[in-house]
Amino acid sequence: MSQQSIQVGESPQVQYLLRLGDSCLVLAQRICEWSGHAPILEEDLALSNMALDLLGQARALLTHAARLDGQGHDEDQLAFLRDERQYLNPVLMELPRGDFAFTVLRNFAVSTWLLLLWRRLEGSSDAELAAIAGKAVKEAAYHQQHAADWVLRLGDGTEESSARMRAALGTLWPYCNELFDSDAVDAAAAAQGLGPDWASLKDEWRAQFCEVLADAGLDCPKDSAYQSQGRRGIHSEHLGHMLATMQYLQRAYPGGVW
Amino acid sequence: MYTQAMSVGPQDAPSSKIKSAEEAQREAAFEARIAAGDFIEPKDWMPEHYRKTLVRQISQHAHSEIVGMLPEGNWVTRAPTLKRKAILLAKIQDEAGHGLYLYSAAETLGTSRDQMLDALHTGKAKYSSIFNYPTLNWADIGVIGWLVDGAAIMNQVPLCRCSYAPYARAMIRVCREESFHQRQGYESLLVMMREGTAAQKAMVQDAVNRWWWPALMMFGPEDKDSPNSEQSIRWGIKRVTNDQLRQKFVDATVPQAEILGITLPDPDLKWNAEREAHDFGKIDWSEFWRVVNGEGPLNRERLGARVKAWEDGAWVRDAALAHARKQATKEQAA
Repeated sequence: MSQQSIQVGESPQVQYLLRLGDSCLVLAQRICEWSGHAPILEEDLALSNMALDLLGQARALLTHAARLDGQGHDEDQLAFLRDERQYLNPVLMELPRGDFAFTVLRNFAVSTWLLLLWRRLEGSSDAELAAIAGKAVKEAAYHQQHAADWVLRLGDGTEESSARMRAALGTLWPYCNELFDSDAVDAAAAAQGLGPDWASLKDEWRAQFCEVLADAGLDCPKDSAYQSQGRRGIHSEHLGHMLATMQYLQRAYPGGVW
Repeated sequence: MYTQAMSVGPQDAPSSKIKSAEEAQREAAFEARIAAGDFIEPKDWMPEHYRKTLVRQISQHAHSEIVGMLPEGNWVTRAPTLKRKAILLAKIQDEAGHGLYLYSAAETLGTSRDQMLDALHTGKAKYSSIFNYPTLNWADIGVIGWLVDGAAIMNQVPLCRCSYAPYARAMIRVCREESFHQRQGYESLLVMMREGTAAQKAMVQDAVNRWWWPALMMFGPEDKDSPNSEQSIRWGIKRVTNDQLRQKFVDATVPQAEILGITLPDPDLKWNAEREAHDFGKIDWSEFWRVVNGEGPLNRERLGARVKAWEDGAWVRDAALAHARKQATKEQAA
């Protein structure tokens, strides 16, 4: 016996919220993997802290998406009973945690992006989303500061740390395209005043991201032609494994109350 | 979380060298302060043996917080709901914080975090033996909150009055957060037992069966086998004996088990009206000593994971230092 998967509706509003909520949830899940294994105790604390913030954001967004979807689901059903073709986060968030350089660089890329997004979402026509953004924007600013400090330390640290940062940048960069992909969901969100077309954040993101890279002695890479498709439910091979781990209790104990 | 067996592990014998008259006088003054219930602060004079005992105890306590993150961290990616995941993450985060308080408290005695971590990583320092047991199902997480944190709180509340003030102050903060986690752990079990499926109830019972005796062992050896307790009690480092605390824990826990509707795995456990306390079965001390001495279910894995995190992170710490030096040089030049 096992728990059946659920499907969510096609409404662009719901899709837009899920893309964002799944981004926060999947990244939180990756950061959780550091628990007890960080290079110093202070970073163990900081990483748990950030994972906890992202998880809080994900919960608010999934709860709201479930309500809009109107099928009587809740945050847990959306998190634990959608299979990978129904998950809508960009692939960047699901990439393996890698070494500390990759973790720090991804946190910097994502927090910079989220900060821009939350600031715009504070003015959303959807009052609930605006309220979620109002809380999240403070957390994202803290995450960005923390990650930027580490990009500097590692980029401008030792030969090894700088080499690791360059390698991390090489891995991460092609997946950043997807953060600024534009499609019908974005167009609908922008038209309704729900939130920005993600493509509209690209220039500012790039400027902030590359400025810190430059301070850290790292070159901003040229645009990559690669286009990942996580926002449409077409993921890397990593997400299936993540969900198998994350969802197993809900799947294995149907009817369970936790 | 933590604590146990403060008097377990390598002990330093009190110095037997002949004391000068001045030393004897200082010691007498110190003993008088302790007897009067005074708190000792970092800059106060203290006997070398008092200092060493405290460094050992506080650092073991700190190590236990850190190693204790691993059994719970084992379930953070698999927590069954987002709420439980958030609670567990917050708890593990608090444990890292408790570790930091405690390392700081120990540093006031003249040691350093690097020295303490080195002792942990080389196996010279101990941590609570409870963390050498595996977390095998989700209910283990609730049971750790209920029983393991519960035992830790029993141990730690008297330490809020420890004669060494920085430790006592750390304990006050730690106990406050710990009690919160303990209630959350218990609540998660209550939900499964009251509203859950038969499979979930069986999961809770299985977890209790595996953690009950190890939780009782957290109070350390029986008083008759705990020769250093007397000195620790006299110095106000310890306030209550191992057996007294263990009894108190059993008496507090049995009614909680009844409310949950689970059984405790001890056929000899029963209320003794005459003593107004529960009698309980004999602890397997051979298992206790086996685990304390490195041959428990996960001693190698736990220590291995900490050593690996430390070694894998060396380049990060080196980079942070190198960067800080560069910044300092730049500031000097400016």
